[in-house]
Amino acid sequence: MNSAAIALEPMMPQTHSVREVIKETPDTFTLTLQPEDGAGAIGFQPGQFSMLWVFGVGELPISISGDPGKQDRLVYTVRSVGKATNAFVSQKPGAGVGVRGPFGIGWPVDAARGRDLVIVAGGIGLAPLRPVIYHVLSHRTEYGRLVLLYGARSPRDLLYRKELASWARQRDTQVLTTVDYGGLSWRNHVGVVTTLLKYARLRPAQSVAMLCGPEIMMRFVARDLEGHGFGRRQIYLSMERNMKCAVGFCGHCQYGPHFICKDGPVFTYEQIGPMMDKYEL
Amino acid sequence: MADRNLVIERRHFVLPASEIGRLIAALARRDYEVHGPRVRDGAIVYDHIESPKELPVGWTDEQEPGRYGLKRRADDAFFGYVVGPQSLKKYLHPADVRLLSAERKDGTFRILNNETAPKHPYAFLGVRACELAAVGAQDRVLLEDKYVDPVYKERRLGVFVVAVQCTQSAKTCFCVSMGTGPRARAGFDLALTELLGNGSHGFVVETGSERGAEVLAELQAAPATDADLHEAEAAVEGAARQQVRSIDTTGIKELLYQNFEHPRWDDVARRCLTCANCTMVCPTCFCTTVEDVTDVTGDHAERWRRWDSCFTLGFSYIHGGNIRNSSKARYRQWMTHKLASWIDQFGGSGCVGCGRCITWCPPGIDITEEVRAIREG
Repeated sequence: MNSAAIALEPMMPQTHSVREVIKETPDTFTLTLQPEDGAGAIGFQPGQFSMLWVFGVGELPISISGDPGKQDRLVYTVRSVGKATNAFVSQKPGAGVGVRGPFGIGWPVDAARGRDLVIVAGGIGLAPLRPVIYHVLSHRTEYGRLVLLYGARSPRDLLYRKELASWARQRDTQVLTTVDYGGLSWRNHVGVVTTLLKYARLRPAQSVAMLCGPEIMMRFVARDLEGHGFGRRQIYLSMERNMKCAVGFCGHCQYGPHFICKDGPVFTYEQIGPMMDKYEL
Repeated sequence: MADRNLVIERRHFVLPASEIGRLIAALARRDYEVHGPRVRDGAIVYDHIESPKELPVGWTDEQEPGRYGLKRRADDAFFGYVVGPQSLKKYLHPADVRLLSAERKDGTFRILNNETAPKHPYAFLGVRACELAAVGAQDRVLLEDKYVDPVYKERRLGVFVVAVQCTQSAKTCFCVSMGTGPRARAGFDLALTELLGNGSHGFVVETGSERGAEVLAELQAAPATDADLHEAEAAVEGAARQQVRSIDTTGIKELLYQNFEHPRWDDVARRCLTCANCTMVCPTCFCTTVEDVTDVTGDHAERWRRWDSCFTLGFSYIHGGNIRNSSKARYRQWMTHKLASWIDQFGGSGCVGCGRCITWCPPGIDITEEVRAIREG
């Protein structure tokens, strides 16, 4: 879907075909979609999201988890938690789904050029950050150190396990994972993701941090990063709220003065930090 | 509606009351579907109008917090009421819109069509200053922001507006304090001030656009005298003087942002039913949801956009739960959005002072009182 189509009919999905379905964990799947009309480059940015429509079921706001270097396809990693997500991940190759977007302001990959990237992800929150990792690794000389801190509930809930291992072998890249419950075979960190910060090779003065995960996790990570000397403008977070339209019409995703859909989903901690402490905002 | 960039010379005329029928006919001849006020179900609502007999002749409305009623007037005024429960939102941002219908075949689907535009452009008769301000507020959201809503746009553009200047206020009105009325200053093609004094019944008409002037040229209008203008001006000023409610908007954004925690929110939460009436009658509230429906075969699906309200529990639902569980949080969201964050989002207030949220609130919660209580302590 190109930007002209969104401008004309922002609520009209475009038909896409499911090309591939990968089971990441028992409840999480990665689907690759391609436009049915074979249209050219999609033009998405890391951190942007789409509205995915399953015929007759409903629409989902889902961040793009694919490589921004491959603009002929759209990749989404979805955890099945309800009727619409379950219907989406149950789609088989060849099936048609509707796509609107891409929408929103994504990660500041251009502004972060020349800096270290500290990526902190919790659970499914790794999916919206994966395009940044792809982008940095394919433009390796343009960025400093890449530090990925990733927490999941259990070893079997870790996403992209093979990729995690291959990312860890890349030059000037540090990948640390932790889980809430390890089990006997787990030989790695146990605990919330903030506990990884003391093992991270941080150079706060020359870094940009990108956070995605449960809101409570992002709050504590942002707070700890501040303690390590990160400024609030160096910390970016991807927020989640109910969304029905993705274009600022439906009002559902309001967060104080912001519409998560069109002003975000990625914000600086300076923009939204004060709001994160407000209960039921 | 009149092109706001088009500056035309404002001219004033007088029109006998008997010409209102020819005004309706002149608009219909120009292919407009004319909608105006009429009495239905004990309220003055907007509906299709073909004849002046359908207007609420000789009726007025009485409004108080939580109360609305119609009463006979002593005269035959066409527009002798203030505002009913409906606004132009009913037409320009309809409560139910089919966004698309689609058909499934062989594992994939195709989208058949979307909502069609109205066959004829609308002409609205009897539009008040607060309602024009509300259309301006919705323009900012649905027409002039990052994205354009095609549903709104195709209904909105080309609209013809015959405004009526208020010559009386309800007890719930506070447009003066919001700077939106009672005089409509822009956004209309023609503006009528209904005058009933001295045994004569007629209108002072102001032209707001070339189209308006063209329509007026077909009617028996005579140039207005200074005396006519003074009488019309005095009638509108009288409406302003009648207003008993107001919001002090000084620093209101900061006031509400700084009082996210305030005992008054708990107080109002004890009265608020979270029934969403205020958001339904509000002429600027724009929130919607989308519903998916299928037929029994499951092969025909539709997506419907419907008005939604921040007062419903599910409005803020994300996986894991609702963000705003308490009625305190929901009332606070509505009022803070309307009066404060709207300013950050769209450069102006989301409240036009029409008072509908006060009138149509079952327990009669009064937004002006809630602001005052927060300001005072």
